[in-house]
Amino acid sequence: MTTEKKGAVGTRWTGPMLDVYAGLVLLYLFLPIFVIIAYSFNKPEGKFNFVWKAFSLDAWRDPFIYPALVEAMKLSLKVAAVSTSVATVFGALIALALCRYTWKAAGPVNFLLVLPLTTPEVVLGSSLLSLFLQANVQTGFWTIVIAHIMFSVSYVALTVKARIRGFDWTLEEAAMDLYANPLRVIFKVTLPLIAPGIAAAAMLSFALSLDDFIITLFNAGSRVTYPLYVYGARRAAFPPQINVLATVILLGSLLLLGATVLWQNRRLKEALTGK
Amino acid sequence: MAGIAAGGSRRSALAPWLLVAPGVLWLLAFYLVPTLTLARTSFATGDLPWYDGYQRAFTDYGQHMLRSFGYALTATIAAILLGYPLAYVMAFRADRLKNFLLGLVILPFFTTFLVRTFAWKTILNDGGPVVNLLGTLHLLPADGRLLNTIWAVIGGITYNFLPFMILPIYVSLEKIDRRLTEAAQDLYCNQFTAFRKVVLPLSLPGVLAGSLLTFIPASGDFLNAELLGSPNQKMLGSVIQGQFLTVRDYPLAAALSFALMALITILVVMYARALGTEDLA
Repeated sequence: MTTEKKGAVGTRWTGPMLDVYAGLVLLYLFLPIFVIIAYSFNKPEGKFNFVWKAFSLDAWRDPFIYPALVEAMKLSLKVAAVSTSVATVFGALIALALCRYTWKAAGPVNFLLVLPLTTPEVVLGSSLLSLFLQANVQTGFWTIVIAHIMFSVSYVALTVKARIRGFDWTLEEAAMDLYANPLRVIFKVTLPLIAPGIAAAAMLSFALSLDDFIITLFNAGSRVTYPLYVYGARRAAFPPQINVLATVILLGSLLLLGATVLWQNRRLKEALTGK
Repeated sequence: MAGIAAGGSRRSALAPWLLVAPGVLWLLAFYLVPTLTLARTSFATGDLPWYDGYQRAFTDYGQHMLRSFGYALTATIAAILLGYPLAYVMAFRADRLKNFLLGLVILPFFTTFLVRTFAWKTILNDGGPVVNLLGTLHLLPADGRLLNTIWAVIGGITYNFLPFMILPIYVSLEKIDRRLTEAAQDLYCNQFTAFRKVVLPLSLPGVLAGSLLTFIPASGDFLNAELLGSPNQKMLGSVIQGQFLTVRDYPLAAALSFALMALITILVVMYARALGTEDLA
């Protein structure tokens, strides 16, 4: 480029230097991901897949030979499914209330939503555990689910809120003026409007649940989720199958993300053409 | 929120309460009540004075606290230095690549964070390419190792929370009206002055949000220290976890946990005051 665009920032020298710097930062972000994928094809010497030995497809051919790893993955998916369903409903309802009504309790509710995000996970996990200890609750599947719903509600509510702020709610009134009954308004107007925001929030909540380690560690009792299995694996054995599953999760999320983008584009088209 | 929500007057005043009830009750029961229980546990010292847990927390583990805050602070500064230019390039220079870059920044979230930290172990291993390269450049400490050093731990923490720094900064940069920088340049600001006087101040809320999202989890993190460091880098989170789950000295563990939260709150308020922005929501 010989001339910089007006408003574009960076001189002839600083601009390209910034680009290179940004590229290096992206490389830093991606280096571990490359390593994870590459080492899923490793044939490690011994039990720990930390040093490159030889290329092999063994782990991809038998991703499920470690029953404990499979069980852990199943548990993680189950926890994520249950906690995401509940947290998405709770969070979306809060977001709706905050965006639809001018309301004196909106400030305190917002504050309560932000609090868990500004508390370190180790404090969230340990305080929940101290509650369960005092109430004599045995920690296990349901305590994990309770914990995951707790931290997901805030993320869902804030994500949905950010997406639906500034929507034209008079559309609902227009529908009612046209003699739609309230149920019809909800299903034909409100839900389609907020659905993309809710889908994004649900995906975020699912990913957070699947990934959570610290809070789960405190409240899992004897149950082992996928992150807890990986954590334990540092002592016993770290097979390449862990990398295979991590790669599969990555590919699965990418597919899901792509599908959501396509779906949202279609919805947009439908909304514009009135179908 | 400014403005009057449409139809608000027509509906019953009960509606918003009913909508928020399930979620808010959940947060009260499983966030607020546990926090209070934690405080109570920290004082449940039996025959010892009520402050015994806190006394031991600060005398025995004061160094872990300092270390945790030191690492978190260093990682936050590193994340600003790495993240700001990237966010800047995304917002001002990327044009059509913008959404693609945004996708790249959130992509790491889709691989388990724990597995990514283990990947750093592989990358930084003795005899690995990174160690060899830095060794040739004579940039390594005397024993020629990266793993189990403070640098590996801080690098890991920075890595973990970097996207949380980039995204808010990007959002605040993206919101800046391009005409402002043009106006500054029309008024004979050079590019650097325009950045310093216009762009930087307007992006401070993003830097604030990103710093909080990095510093807070980083100060409680213990995985990076445990997986990439040696016992010399043990952080407060490790101590809390050990006291809660292994030693089961609950008053001490609760005191440590509560002290961590209180100190973070104080630091956050001070920082927000200093930057002059207090709306975090």
